Amino acid sequence: MIPPPAAFFILAAVLFVLGVLAFFVKKDLLTQFMAVEVMLNAGNLAFLALAKSLGKAEGQVIVLFVITVAAAEAVIGLAIIVLIFRQRKTVQTDELKDLKG
Amino acid sequence: MAELFWLIPLIPGASALLLVLFGAKLSRRWVAWQACSAVFLSFLLSSAAFAHLVRLPPGAPGLTKTLFAWISSGPFTSPIAFAFDHLTAVMTLVVTGVGLLIHVYSTAYMAEDRSHARYFAHLNLFTFFMLVLVMASDLVLMFVGWEGVGLCSYLLIGFWFERPAAAKAGMKAFVVNRVGDAAFILGILFLLANVGGSSFSLINKAAGGGLLPSGLMTLVAILLFIGATGKSAQIPLYVWLPDAMEGPTPVSALIHAATMVTAGVYMVCRLSGLYAASGPASTVVAWIGAATALFAAAMALVQNDIKKVLAYSTISQIGYMFLGCGVGAYAAGMFHLVTHAFFKSLLFLAAGSVIHALAGEQDMRRMGGLRKHLPVTFPVFLVGALAISGVPFLSGFFSKDAILTGAFAGGQYALWGAGLLGAVLTAFYMFRLVYMTFYGKERTAMEPGHSIHESPRAMTIPLVILAAFSALAGYVGLPVFFGEKADLFGRYLASSVKSGSPHLAVPTEGLLVLLATASALLGIALAFVFYRRTPALPSRLASRFPGVYRLLVGKYYIDEVYDAVVVRPLVRGAEKVYERFDLKVIDGALNGSAAAAGLAGKGLNFLQSGLVRDYALAFLIGAITFLGFLLL
Repeated sequence: MIPPPAAFFILAAVLFVLGVLAFFVKKDLLTQFMAVEVMLNAGNLAFLALAKSLGKAEGQVIVLFVITVAAAEAVIGLAIIVLIFRQRKTVQTDELKDLKG
Repeated sequence: MAELFWLIPLIPGASALLLVLFGAKLSRRWVAWQACSAVFLSFLLSSAAFAHLVRLPPGAPGLTKTLFAWISSGPFTSPIAFAFDHLTAVMTLVVTGVGLLIHVYSTAYMAEDRSHARYFAHLNLFTFFMLVLVMASDLVLMFVGWEGVGLCSYLLIGFWFERPAAAKAGMKAFVVNRVGDAAFILGILFLLANVGGSSFSLINKAAGGGLLPSGLMTLVAILLFIGATGKSAQIPLYVWLPDAMEGPTPVSALIHAATMVTAGVYMVCRLSGLYAASGPASTVVAWIGAATALFAAAMALVQNDIKKVLAYSTISQIGYMFLGCGVGAYAAGMFHLVTHAFFKSLLFLAAGSVIHALAGEQDMRRMGGLRKHLPVTFPVFLVGALAISGVPFLSGFFSKDAILTGAFAGGQYALWGAGLLGAVLTAFYMFRLVYMTFYGKERTAMEPGHSIHESPRAMTIPLVILAAFSALAGYVGLPVFFGEKADLFGRYLASSVKSGSPHLAVPTEGLLVLLATASALLGIALAFVFYRRTPALPSRLASRFPGVYRLLVGKYYIDEVYDAVVVRPLVRGAEKVYERFDLKVIDGALNGSAAAAGLAGKGLNFLQSGLVRDYALAFLIGAITFLGFLLL
């Protein structure tokens, strides 16, 4: 049996808040990056639930786009993190504050 | 070829542009050839246009050419339009003809100067602006030329700008001319507002037809004349011209004797309809002219610098021209302008040849006895001196006589007397110069190795040509007792300027001519007594009348008076403004706004922490706020 749409929305909201909390609590760039991925997928879940309950295909199309963009973003983001680590031997965001005014 | 007349000013203009841009890279020979040929081409075109003009039936308008409108604002338009009528033809031929001779002379005189190309660029630029001035068919375009020649005058007076005196003299000329130009602009604006256009034919027609109130006409005429007193070095704005002698001598000959300084006379003749319609303005012109003629001649009596004598003489002779215009004898004024252009540029160039021979010496007290050393310069200088003194049958005699006759015929006996007295002074100071320079003992202070030598041919040939014109140019305007039709020049100009006073009876005119001749000869005789027979006499006279002598040597202390009354209060006022307004208000406002921006930056500095989390927090708060607004 399929749970009601509200359950999907609640799950998406919980996942999103967890992602936000993880982003703010963790000081490690790699973990923060994973938190961002969690937030993205929370959004995907909400889109899919809405597409199903409204009976429209656009939501699924958007999710496909988001997955594509997230893949590209993951490639570039990870590459940047690797480069930062090579240069600075750290990925702690508190130590990366050269742009302080 | 006559229809190409509008190229007359543009050829020297184009040449000047080329010389300004590429002059430094061109060879001296090329620069000199280019500058001279540009003026020569203009001269050829002017001659062709002149030949075309004299073949036109009487009463026909001259050539005109409108290139384009450069100001078009509501009902007012000002075209770049050139006109070539009888009056313009005279000026154009003088500017290009005398200008060509002076260009040729300069090739030798300036041959060794460091800034050879700059000199010819500016000389060509001057020719361009002067031709724009005389060929403009409306007052606004004429003003462009008027300012342009002022600029070139400044550039060429200060040509040797590394000499402080030259830089200062250039500045003085420019600033004094500004004073006159301010009045000139006011006059133009009054005309634009009341006539509705600026073309000369329109202005003269409006003035002649009585369309303008007479008070307004007088005001405009006097405002324009104040501009002319600046450009043409008349009382009260003549003070810049003697200082302008700091420039190279050919420049003094071209700009400060033959052409630019006579622009004011040309302007008055061009607007003769306006001046003839305004009695009070004409009276002012005549009296200023007469006063300047006497006043400057008196100062020339005591100068020891050969060029300064000629400078005061120029001021005095231009005074004569204005005297002629003021009494209604416009053609006579123009006639004197032409003959003066010949003999005064001759005198300046010959003086330049003397200076050249003496390796830069200008003080007549260290000259003397040069007659033997300068076999070409001396006779041509003598011709020039005789011509300017008004000795019979040379050009100056006829033109000065035409002016004096005009004054007498107009019933202005006081002006006539002043002119006659001025003629005595003129002959006296010119022959004082001749005796001090060419006669007597040699007083040169040259080092033994340097011998006094005659100038090269490029300098002496222009001198000889000018001497021929100085001697013969007068025969185009003979007095009335050679017949009713003898005054070719006056009849030629009759279509362009207002005709003069009625002719006098032949015996009266004969008497006037005799008196003028007598006054010239008297001046020469006095100079002979003072500077040749008993050379001690001048110093005895000076110690007898120390007050008069000191007044003349001090140039009436006009420079000092201007300095105290105008220059120093202005400078002091400007300094006060600088201290109180510039430093405090303007600089304060600028520094204040800069400091405010700095403070704001410091205040907001904390926002930029460099921590990603802080930015993300701000982002989150913003997103929540935005969503809150959408939902609620």
